[in-house]
Amino acid sequence: MTFVRRTWAVVWKDVLVERRSKETVNAVLFFSVLLLFVFEFTLGGDRERLITVLPGLLWLGVLLAGLLGLGRSFVLERENDCWEALLLTPGDKGAIYVGKLVGNLLLMALVETVVLGLFTLFMNVDIGRAMPGLLAVLALGTLGIAAVGTLFGAMTAHVRARELLFPVLLLPVLVPVLLGIVKSTEALLAGEALGSVSHWLQLLVAADVIYVVAGLLTFDVLLEG
Amino acid sequence: MTGLTTPDSLIQVSGLRKVFGATLVLDGVDLVVRAGETVGLLGPNGTGKTTLLKILATVARPTRGEARIAGHDCAREAEAVRKVVGLVAHGTHLYDDLTALENLTFWRRLAGQRPDADALRAALAEVELDDCADLRVRTFSAGMKRRLSLARLLVSRPRVLLLDEPFSSLDQRARKWLEQYLQGFTARGGAILMATHAFGRELDVVDRFVILANGRIILDAPRGTLGGDEIHRLYALHTEEVS
Repeated sequence: MTFVRRTWAVVWKDVLVERRSKETVNAVLFFSVLLLFVFEFTLGGDRERLITVLPGLLWLGVLLAGLLGLGRSFVLERENDCWEALLLTPGDKGAIYVGKLVGNLLLMALVETVVLGLFTLFMNVDIGRAMPGLLAVLALGTLGIAAVGTLFGAMTAHVRARELLFPVLLLPVLVPVLLGIVKSTEALLAGEALGSVSHWLQLLVAADVIYVVAGLLTFDVLLEG
Repeated sequence: MTGLTTPDSLIQVSGLRKVFGATLVLDGVDLVVRAGETVGLLGPNGTGKTTLLKILATVARPTRGEARIAGHDCAREAEAVRKVVGLVAHGTHLYDDLTALENLTFWRRLAGQRPDADALRAALAEVELDDCADLRVRTFSAGMKRRLSLARLLVSRPRVLLLDEPFSSLDQRARKWLEQYLQGFTARGGAILMATHAFGRELDVVDRFVILANGRIILDAPRGTLGGDEIHRLYALHTEEVS
């Protein structure tokens, strides 16, 4: 119960701070829109090409916007040495990790909603039929990206070349997740049933479990520095 | 070890050594602070005062030697130490986009406690911030932020206080309040280690003062035995600082 209370405290604080400052949300949403403009101008009206590259573009948008947000999730804690106070507060530090992870999931969910909405609008594609399966892939993929992103965000929070190091560390570790989500999305948008991508979904579930457990087990050490 | 270690020793430091790369910051520090005692840690910038406080607060680890708080080893029993220690450091440990009340609420919740709004408001009233309870910390002056970070101590009720320049940025009224709070804290059996390089009224609350220079304790004396001028002279002598 204490773990849940501590987790909720972190989520409450992060959401409240973000709601007031809007620093990350504004940056991420603006970036997403900009990215979609670039995609639209690059691909133009070539529908065939668009359908082929759509899964990659969709996740590229989500991933790049997510990188911006995830990389900043611990920057807030450097302000006024709050990191030090987080460390000094007695209790399971795993709750801080889970709280940060939930906050990042909320942020990414917002980004994905906007990116998906704009994709259908800008690219004039109908993803309604694939939506139930796509939501499952989005949920599993987002959890994997946010789990590693939260952990590496903490790892690089105090590094001077943080903006450079964060994606360099994150992207190789995310390869199984990226493979799973792009392949699943590709199949689902081509009209295949969710059952046909079950092997990719299993890969995503396994990656998510590994990443979240690794985060819970190592966050304490990361926070201690 | 300086002073005799007794069962009421809340801070015990023995042969403490800390090295950052090639820089030796603490070089065999021995120190005891007993329950009901306030020790002033004096020394010029860069002599290891903050490092010593950070080791005791479990933020940093010693290279060698031992530091104990209320009998718990700071390196091996960090969680037990964190339950009894309160740190007021250079950073205020506050979120600028939260209000004063929200900051206190957050830190209570994170400690696994249910925040009692009345108790939190009472703590804010104690540091004369009750009128600003619902204002964002971003709008506070440095002194108000310092008072709010002290209000955190009022609700967390530690047994040992580690204070790094606690009087900085405080106006006369806030200084007076802090002096009274610290005196009350030790009267209730707490122990305080306070780092400072000032020689003003800060030293009025100190029972003993310790001068740290080049990572070593070079003087440890009860305040009553020496006058302010004498402390100043010894400090200048031992630290070779022009006063």
